[in-house]
Amino acid sequence: MINRLRRIGLWGRGAVLAVPYLWLLLFFLVPFLIVFGISLSESVIAQPPYAPLVEWLVDEDAGTTKLQLLLNLSNYLRLGGDDLYVLAYLNSVKIALVTTICCLLIGYPMAYAIARAEPAKRGPLMMLVVLPFWTSFLIRIYAWIGILKANGVIDNLLQWSGLTTAPFELLYSDWAVYIGMTYCYLPFMVLPLYATLEKMDPTLLEAAADLGCRPWKAFLTVTLPLSLPGIIAGSLLVFIPSVGEFVTPELLGGPDTLMIGRVLWNEFFANRDWPVASAVAIALLLFLVVPIMIFQHVQGRQAEAER
Amino acid sequence: MAVQPIRKPTRLEPWQDPSQTPYVRIEKVTKAFGDFIAVDDVSLSIYRGEFFALLGGSGSGKTTLLRMLAGFETPTEGKIFIDGVDMAGIPPYERPVNMMFQSYALFPHMTVEQNVAFGLKQDGVAKSEIRERVGAMLDLVQLGRFAKRKPHQLSGGQRQRVALARSLVKRPKLLLLDEPLGALDKRLREQTQFELVNIQEKLGVTFIVVTHDQEEAMTMSSRIAVMNHGVIAQTGTPTEIYEYPQSRFVAEFIGSVNMFEGRVVEDQSDHVLIRSEDAGCDLYINHAVAVPSGATVGVAVRPEKIALSKEPPAGSDGRNVTTGIVREIAYLGDVSIYLVELKTGKTVRVTAPNLVRRTEMPITWDDEVYLTWRPFAGVVLTQ
Repeated sequence: MINRLRRIGLWGRGAVLAVPYLWLLLFFLVPFLIVFGISLSESVIAQPPYAPLVEWLVDEDAGTTKLQLLLNLSNYLRLGGDDLYVLAYLNSVKIALVTTICCLLIGYPMAYAIARAEPAKRGPLMMLVVLPFWTSFLIRIYAWIGILKANGVIDNLLQWSGLTTAPFELLYSDWAVYIGMTYCYLPFMVLPLYATLEKMDPTLLEAAADLGCRPWKAFLTVTLPLSLPGIIAGSLLVFIPSVGEFVTPELLGGPDTLMIGRVLWNEFFANRDWPVASAVAIALLLFLVVPIMIFQHVQGRQAEAER
Repeated sequence: MAVQPIRKPTRLEPWQDPSQTPYVRIEKVTKAFGDFIAVDDVSLSIYRGEFFALLGGSGSGKTTLLRMLAGFETPTEGKIFIDGVDMAGIPPYERPVNMMFQSYALFPHMTVEQNVAFGLKQDGVAKSEIRERVGAMLDLVQLGRFAKRKPHQLSGGQRQRVALARSLVKRPKLLLLDEPLGALDKRLREQTQFELVNIQEKLGVTFIVVTHDQEEAMTMSSRIAVMNHGVIAQTGTPTEIYEYPQSRFVAEFIGSVNMFEGRVVEDQSDHVLIRSEDAGCDLYINHAVAVPSGATVGVAVRPEKIALSKEPPAGSDGRNVTTGIVREIAYLGDVSIYLVELKTGKTVRVTAPNLVRRTEMPITWDDEVYLTWRPFAGVVLTQ
C-alpha cells in the first residue's frame, strides 16, 4: 500500500517536473540545436540559404547509397580569423562592462535609499523604478534621441547656460550608447540589490557601531559583503543582455559603434549568410554561458548558506 | 516563586554608600516617538560592578532606555552620564559601552572568530593581541572548538555565547544586554543565568540587562528597576521588590500575589489593623503605614506565606485567619498550588511545599480549610 502510494507520488513528481523540462527542450534545446546545425553548414543561394548537413548520396554507377554528414567548420574559423568579429566581441564586452558598472554605481545608492526608506514609502519608490517598463522600450529610446541630438534637450540647455557655444551632439557616439543602455538596464540592477539590502538586518549596523565601527567602515565591512549576492545577480542581469544588445546601439550608436548584435543582424539580414550568423550566435551563447554558470554557482551557495 | 538572590551580601552595597558616585546616571530622561512617550521622566543611578535589571512588560520602555544608553536613540529630554561624561551627541561607536543584542546580531558572513575580533580590529589592536584576546574570550564562553564556524552553523545557545564574547572582548566598563536569554529554552536559560553572573563577577563589568522575565531578573541582578508605561515603578534589590512591593503593579508583576481590599481601623507605630470584607477577617500587619484611619488600602499576601490546615489554628485571635473550600489543586512536584474559594467569594492562591512523599494528599478537593498567615506576611499597598 505504502509502496503503491510512493510509486504514485514519484509519478506525480515526475509529471510535474516534466512540464518545465519539456518546455526547455522544445523552446530552448531544439532551437539551439537547429541554430548549431546551421552554423555548421555551408551558405548557398537558395531557399533556405544554407546547405543541408545530412544528405543521402545515391551513386547509381557504384550502386551504393551513402549517408553524408558534412560539417563545415569554416564559419567558426572565420570568426577567429576576421578582426571584425573579434573586435565586435571585445567591443560588446567593453560596452556591457561599462553599462554594468554605471548601473551598479547609480543603482546601488538608489536601492540602498529605497531599502532604508520608511516601509510605507518603499512600495511607491519601487513602483517608480519599474514604471518605465510600462512604456514601450522603443519609444523610450526614441525619447533619448530627442534628448541627446544636436539641438536636443541637453544641447539647448548647455548653449542656453553658456557652457558651450557651438551645437554639441552626444547622439551617435559610444557615450549615447552608454547612457541609453544604463538607462534601460538600471531596473535590473536595482531590483536584486533592493531585495538583498532590504533583507539585511539593520541591527547588524547597530552592532558594528556598538563595537566601535564608523558608519562608512560599517558599510564596507558589513553592508557591502552582505549585499554581494545582489551585486552579482544585478551585474549578471545587466551584463548578459548588454553583450548581445542590438536595438540601443543601432539607434543611439554611431556608425563605428561595433557590437556583436549588430554584426549578427548584418550577417543575417544584409548578407543573408545564415551559417556565419548562426556561428556568431553560438559563440556569443557559449561566451555568456560562463557568467550564467558563475551566477548559478553563487546562487546555489547562497541558498545553502541560508539553510 | 521563592527564588533567593544568589548574590552574597557584601559589606555596604554601593547604592547605600553616599561616598560612592554612580557609574551611570540617568537624569530625568524622556523619550517620545511622535505622540507616544516611551520613556517618561526616568532617573536612575547605577554603580560600578552592579548587575542591574530593567524589568517590565513589552512597551514598558525598558529597551528604549537601554538603546539610549548605547546611543542608538537620543533622549527627547534629560541627560545621561556614563562615568561622569555627558553622553549627549556622542555616537555609539565612541561610547565606552558594548551591547548584546536580543537577536544577537552576529555578522552572518564572518566566522565566530572574526565576529569576536571585529570590535578589537576597529580599535586597531595588534594582530597578535587580537588573536590572544579572542582565543581567551572564546575559551571563557567555551566556544574554542567552534572558532572557524559561521553563525548559521551554531545552535541558539552557542550563538548567544558568541554574542556575549563579542560584546565582552573589548573589556567594556558597561555592558548592556537586551533580553540576553530570551531565545533560549528553559533549561539552557537557567544554566546560562549562572554563567552570566559568574562571568560578570569574574570580569567586574557593570551589567545592565533588559528582561521581561521576572525570574531571570530575580536570580541574576543586584538591583531591579521595574518599569511600567515608561515610568519606573520601583527600584530595589530582588528581596525588596518581592517582599516589599510599593504598588499593586509591582506586587502583581513579580510573582503571584493575593490582594485583599480593606479599611484601616487601627494604625499604631508598630502595627496596623485592617478590616477586610474581601478576606472575611481582620488583617494584622506588623508595620506602620502613613495613611489616615478609615482609608481604603490593599493588602498583598504572597501565596507561599499562607498556611493551610484542616484544624482551626491554635491560639488564634481571629486575625489573619479565614476559611474557604479547596477548588483546584495543581501538583508541581516540589510544591502544590491550591486555589481556595473563601466564604466571601474571593479565590485565594496558596502554594505549599510537598514536604513528605505521599500518594494521598491530606488536603484535597472540596475540603474546608483554614488559611492563616503571620503578621509579617502582608504588605499594605496604598498606590
